[in-house]
Amino acid sequence: MIINLRGVRGSIPVPGPATVKYGGNTTCISIRTEEGDWIILDGGTGIRELGLVQIEHLPLKSFIFLTHTHWDHIQGLPFYAPLFIPGNEIHFYGAFDPVYQKDLQTILSQQMEYCYFPVRESELKADLHYHKVREYEKIQVGSATVTPILLNHPVLNYGYKVEEKGQSFFFTGDYEPAANIYNPDEEEYEQYQEMVDEQNKSVIEFIREVDVAVCDAQYTVSEYASKQGWGHGTYDSCLSLATKAEIKSLYFTHHDPTRTDEQLDIIFSDLLKRSDLPSDIELGIASEGLEIKL
Amino acid sequence: MIIDRKQLTAMVEKVPAFPESVHQVLELTASPDCPPKKIVAVIEHDPVLTMSLLKTVNSAYFGLSKQIAGVKQAVVYVGLNTVKNVAIMVATTGALPKTNKAGLDTKTLWLHSLRVGVIAKLVAKTKGVSANNLASYFVGGLLHDIGKILYARFLPDQYQQVVKLHQTEQLPLYEAEQRILGLGHCELGAMVAQKWKLPLELIDSIRSHHHIEAQTNSHPLSLAIFFANIAAHALEETEAVSDQAEIALSVPQVVLNYLGCSADKMLVSLNNLDEEVEKAKTFIQGI
Repeated sequence: MIINLRGVRGSIPVPGPATVKYGGNTTCISIRTEEGDWIILDGGTGIRELGLVQIEHLPLKSFIFLTHTHWDHIQGLPFYAPLFIPGNEIHFYGAFDPVYQKDLQTILSQQMEYCYFPVRESELKADLHYHKVREYEKIQVGSATVTPILLNHPVLNYGYKVEEKGQSFFFTGDYEPAANIYNPDEEEYEQYQEMVDEQNKSVIEFIREVDVAVCDAQYTVSEYASKQGWGHGTYDSCLSLATKAEIKSLYFTHHDPTRTDEQLDIIFSDLLKRSDLPSDIELGIASEGLEIKL
Repeated sequence: MIIDRKQLTAMVEKVPAFPESVHQVLELTASPDCPPKKIVAVIEHDPVLTMSLLKTVNSAYFGLSKQIAGVKQAVVYVGLNTVKNVAIMVATTGALPKTNKAGLDTKTLWLHSLRVGVIAKLVAKTKGVSANNLASYFVGGLLHDIGKILYARFLPDQYQQVVKLHQTEQLPLYEAEQRILGLGHCELGAMVAQKWKLPLELIDSIRSHHHIEAQTNSHPLSLAIFFANIAAHALEETEAVSDQAEIALSVPQVVLNYLGCSADKMLVSLNNLDEEVEKAKTFIQGI
């Protein structure tokens, strides 16, 4: 499979001279399987340019897996050209909203309602299909399988593992590892910690030994102190996950919108100088346009 | 008059929570910095909020790979914000009226449910149940009388007659329910819990809290709830009596087998019972 990072920014697109190197588009990852199927993880603004590449060969089939439906993961969809062309087949996969009881089609259609966008979902010419995913239930896309796992975020967020012919790739979407909400001196601490440990362990087992993982590292540890509960990980939480799960290659993504190229370079070079780094994991900062071949 | 079971379960799609909890949920969540443990504590102590949360996270729409039987487990698994928003959804649908036409004292019922939850949890603790599984014992106690809340809310006029019959003829409430409505609160609670896809042991513990089969292998949760319900009622009736050993409990053999000692002995051995109930009471009075 060929993996292309099309958008690596968190929260909001940030074009401009300070984000040229790593890119300003919000989350989108495309995977071209060996059989030529398009698996797309998230529809942030990075999906727009992907659509322009894809429509050079029509008709096409896209399998779009949404980690969750926060804006930075769906805001590129109304500008995804293949949706407007008859003969294309587009499959959307994602979570049901359990709080407002809305299915994926309703959530995505609302983004294209008259007051937000000039073309309604019902006017799109491609053949659209919506699928609700369930945790651990494998979805077959040609020769590849995609498996979702629930990961902690302020809304239901699925991480996706994509496997094909012995190769594996994992993307967290937005993920803040579960943490104890009690202080160690409180009665509930121990019981809660057991559940947290169990939950974190199930994530580690799920991604054990994947070849490449792209993980949410929006914050540094010092920034995280004031951002707990916002639903994002740190460079350290990603490293810890990758080490425990024996990941071969780890890319940090979902860069904070305030982060400049220069800052990302400094963070990464400082990180590489650390003495506690696992020696057998290849590390990288996710950048727009990066291609990874597996 | 015999009620239409289907119609009744269809009616109870949305149940408002207790006014004190609604107030606390709305007040706490007005600030984005609300401490997670405070909101968890409010949900954990309100039968309706707990049941609505379990209904949501266990629904087929959610597609979770395992069943959730406790509030904290739900938080760890689906995230605090989703849990918080379920609570806000319930809270904004309104509150159970402070007084109801049915004449059921909801505050007493709420306190009783908390007491049953505390006793069941403490009994389970003495039986060596792991910390992780203790939560479902508390939840079982909290939810065992949910059928009464549903009746008072959705069939107040009919339930008024039930309460009247219960008082005038000194009939147990569930028998008065059977006679007038054809369905006891245990069955109603279990029916709703089943419809809402709550874990099987919880459904059974609600259904069997007045009638436990001697022959079948009841789940320890059902046995604990059955005992806790009798014990709580006895304690409530003799609140003035300070010595718990004075309370005579009549408990079926199958439950005694589970307890592994006499009911009175078990009750006396429960450490911190009063303290735990006092703690739970603060949620009824508001934080």
